[in-house]
Amino acid sequence: MEHSHQHKSHTALIWKVFAILSVVTIVEVALGIIKPDFLYLTKILGTSPLNIIFIVLTLVKAYYITWFFMHMADEKKSLRRAVVWTAVFLIMYLVTLFLIEGSYINNVLGPLTKWNY
Amino acid sequence: MGATIATEHSEQTWSGGNRPLGASYGKLMMWFFILSDALTFSGFLAAYGLMRFKFIDSWPIADEVFTHFSFLHGVHAPMYYVALMTFILIFSSVTMVLAVDAGHQMNKKKVTFYMLLTIVGGLVFLGSQAWEWKNFIQGTYGAVQLNDGKIIQFVDETGHQVTLESFAASDHSKRTRHTENKGIWFESEAPLPPVNLEQVMEGFKANPNITIRTEQVNLETRKKTIIPRSEAMNYLAEAKAVVKGANLKVNEYGKTLFADFFFFITGFHGFHVLSGVVINLIIFFNVVIGTYERRGHYEMVEKVGLYWHFVDLVWVFVFTFFYLV
Repeated sequence: MEHSHQHKSHTALIWKVFAILSVVTIVEVALGIIKPDFLYLTKILGTSPLNIIFIVLTLVKAYYITWFFMHMADEKKSLRRAVVWTAVFLIMYLVTLFLIEGSYINNVLGPLTKWNY
Repeated sequence: MGATIATEHSEQTWSGGNRPLGASYGKLMMWFFILSDALTFSGFLAAYGLMRFKFIDSWPIADEVFTHFSFLHGVHAPMYYVALMTFILIFSSVTMVLAVDAGHQMNKKKVTFYMLLTIVGGLVFLGSQAWEWKNFIQGTYGAVQLNDGKIIQFVDETGHQVTLESFAASDHSKRTRHTENKGIWFESEAPLPPVNLEQVMEGFKANPNITIRTEQVNLETRKKTIIPRSEAMNYLAEAKAVVKGANLKVNEYGKTLFADFFFFITGFHGFHVLSGVVINLIIFFNVVIGTYERRGHYEMVEKVGLYWHFVDLVWVFVFTFFYLV
């Protein structure tokens, strides 16, 4: 690091990110314990609103960890895109196909499963 | 066009001698290793999602599985323990990034201190995970497995699960566990369930206030189906074995696949944490003996920090998909 002597401390930012991650985790855990019926037993976009909230909050946490703990914010745009876009595209592709396939197997297999004896 | 690399001699950007992506070789390779490792974990979690969607109406409910908290025996405390584990890992990420920050200022004392805290955090997390595994392996209530592999659990009239021991008489006089020192050295068996199948059947007949429930989840109420006692014997006539706890072959909480994925994915993550702790230790000793002070920069701390944050990142997703969703 040729600029090492110029670096100033980012301690305040680090604690701020820690506070954000903690609050998000506390909200997740609280929702996971309370499970309000209007979020847990209703459906939107093929799952419960609660699940959507959990996934969005997870992505928020992933953003803060990658951008500020792993210092992705300070990297060049080309490096950022090479890593982030590749991961986002491939993971979305894989998950979409797998979940569609899983639902399909459930549709075929579900009626054949015996639950009465 | 922010993505274009602007240098004075743009035709020479990729012809060597400079850093087109603005990062050193080591850091770049760490980023691409992390990318490939992220795809590996995504493959596992997507496979978990596939199986979960396949058995969407009979998947175990995580809230009923992970209910233990240290020093609180018998208290139903879902989520709290794993939330604590999440905090431990996030906090060790904070100390790691503080070590990186101190490294930028060439502050050897601070780097040493924060690296040490990070290692301690990693070890505490590993211990917590071992305890979580122990609870899962030992089980809570016990269940009965039918000939076709389905799991039957016992509930009281309020619909709450009851332990097998609470209604079946426990008696080990007939059968003792076969261990290696009692026969051929390579032959042993798993711990015996607290009660045997006959005792469960007798206990069930003798206690009119308990009934059974199947793995099938009512998708409206998101609860498992309770079978009226009058029909329960039709199910129990098919009983094959008593199940206590979970392993790779059988799982008292429901689908064995749930246990398989749990052991595999949290195990693979735990192995990452373990290797992270070992790598952190090596870097820690290098910091202590002044290797990076002499080198003039603490970039190694940064690189191992990337790996450590990645382990935290993966846990965030494992936490969501195993415990929350």
